[in-house]
Amino acid sequence: MTGAALLAGPDPRDGAEGFAAHTARLGALPSGRHGLIDTLERAGLRGRGGASFPTATKWRSVASRRGDSVVLVNGAEGEPLSQKDRVLMESRPHLILDGAVLAARATGARQIVHYIGAAHAGALAAMRRAINERPDAERRLMRLVEAPQRYVSGEETAAVHFVNDGTALPTALPPRPFERGVSGRPTLVQNVETLAYVALIARHGDAWFRAVGGGGSSGTALVTVSGAVPAASVHEVDGSAVIADAVNLAGGLTSDSDAVLLGGYFGSWVPATRAWALPLDVGALSKRGLSLGSGVIGVLASSDCGVEMSARIAMYLADESSRQCGPCTFGLRAIANAMRRVATMQAGVDDLAHVQRWAGLLPGRGACRHPDGAAIMVRSALQVFADDFSLHVREHRCIVPAAVARAA
Amino acid sequence: MVAQRITVNRIACDGHGLCAGVLPEMIKLDDWGYPIIEARGVPRELMEHARRAVDSCPMLALHLEDRR
Repeated sequence: MTGAALLAGPDPRDGAEGFAAHTARLGALPSGRHGLIDTLERAGLRGRGGASFPTATKWRSVASRRGDSVVLVNGAEGEPLSQKDRVLMESRPHLILDGAVLAARATGARQIVHYIGAAHAGALAAMRRAINERPDAERRLMRLVEAPQRYVSGEETAAVHFVNDGTALPTALPPRPFERGVSGRPTLVQNVETLAYVALIARHGDAWFRAVGGGGSSGTALVTVSGAVPAASVHEVDGSAVIADAVNLAGGLTSDSDAVLLGGYFGSWVPATRAWALPLDVGALSKRGLSLGSGVIGVLASSDCGVEMSARIAMYLADESSRQCGPCTFGLRAIANAMRRVATMQAGVDDLAHVQRWAGLLPGRGACRHPDGAAIMVRSALQVFADDFSLHVREHRCIVPAAVARAA
Repeated sequence: MVAQRITVNRIACDGHGLCAGVLPEMIKLDDWGYPIIEARGVPRELMEHARRAVDSCPMLALHLEDRR
């Protein structure tokens, strides 16, 4: 159930593993020039930034372009409920750097840009130190760019845009980053956890990766458990673990809970009765129409109102819209406003029906997936908290007594 | 011949809505005037209207693309 692959070795809380210790523990970096992409494909490695896109496919699309490419290491981690990328950067920076060097070799890149959230001071310091410990030939390829603290900063076209001209806003597709990215070159944008796994798969092989996943489809995964637990914390679990296991690793429930937000602010609310037994495996979740997203498990305490929480998240996502595309600028804002009216017992008769219809109009109608992700959260909230939503609208009261007191 | 589909650059689109007037068979407007475009390929009999819809966009945000 608990996995120890990415976080194997010294206790992650003791800080960054240095280059010498890293190399002594895992051996030198393999050349990885030949066949690494095939190995990643056999392993079935998928991206850990949220979209779960097959890594080998992404690398091939960059490697097949002409001319030098660029590797953009994505450690922006703008998801408010996620801490796993930070924990990894702070504790295992050399796994990430190994993966970045391997990615550069496999895709023909001569530049590696480390794009790290400006607010993540510990991660920035650890990555800076780690870069300086690398051999000259590698260090020369690398630079570090601080990502602005916005939700969209980590979106891959926004990341490329910021590195190019200091604007962390998504751009219209095409061209996609693999076609024209940093400095107009084919660019591989890859999450730090994904790259760390590349460093391990290059050493241990694809069969090892499948085995370490505990029968799941995706190796181990880093998850952040927050909400009704003693403190938000990051854990490594394999595909045999269920949500209840992750919650136990985080110290267990501090109160009853009726629902879990799985995947992050772009994720789905799941009723607790169904959530506890859900396997933390990308493949198994996707069969159930769910996504592990960036590994977020947000446990809603039963003293918190799901309607209010969902309205706050919708408001946050509307605030964080880059306001470039109409459906997101106006549609998501209207949804958030209507949800807030419902949550504060000021809903009009049509508000709920409007939210339902507008949420259906968000997917596929932005340059990036911001509206799509918001729609997933909103629609799952309407489903999971259906009774509570209708109570708010019809009777201006809430299932949770404490929340009524707050709203009054 | 491969059917073409209508795509829109969402960042460039300002919601003028002229496209929906020219090609109501395939383009509707949402509550804020932004186009909701059918994903299907443009049928042959609507091709001329689709081209006019593309040409009508003051932001040059609408395109006809080969279907993928």
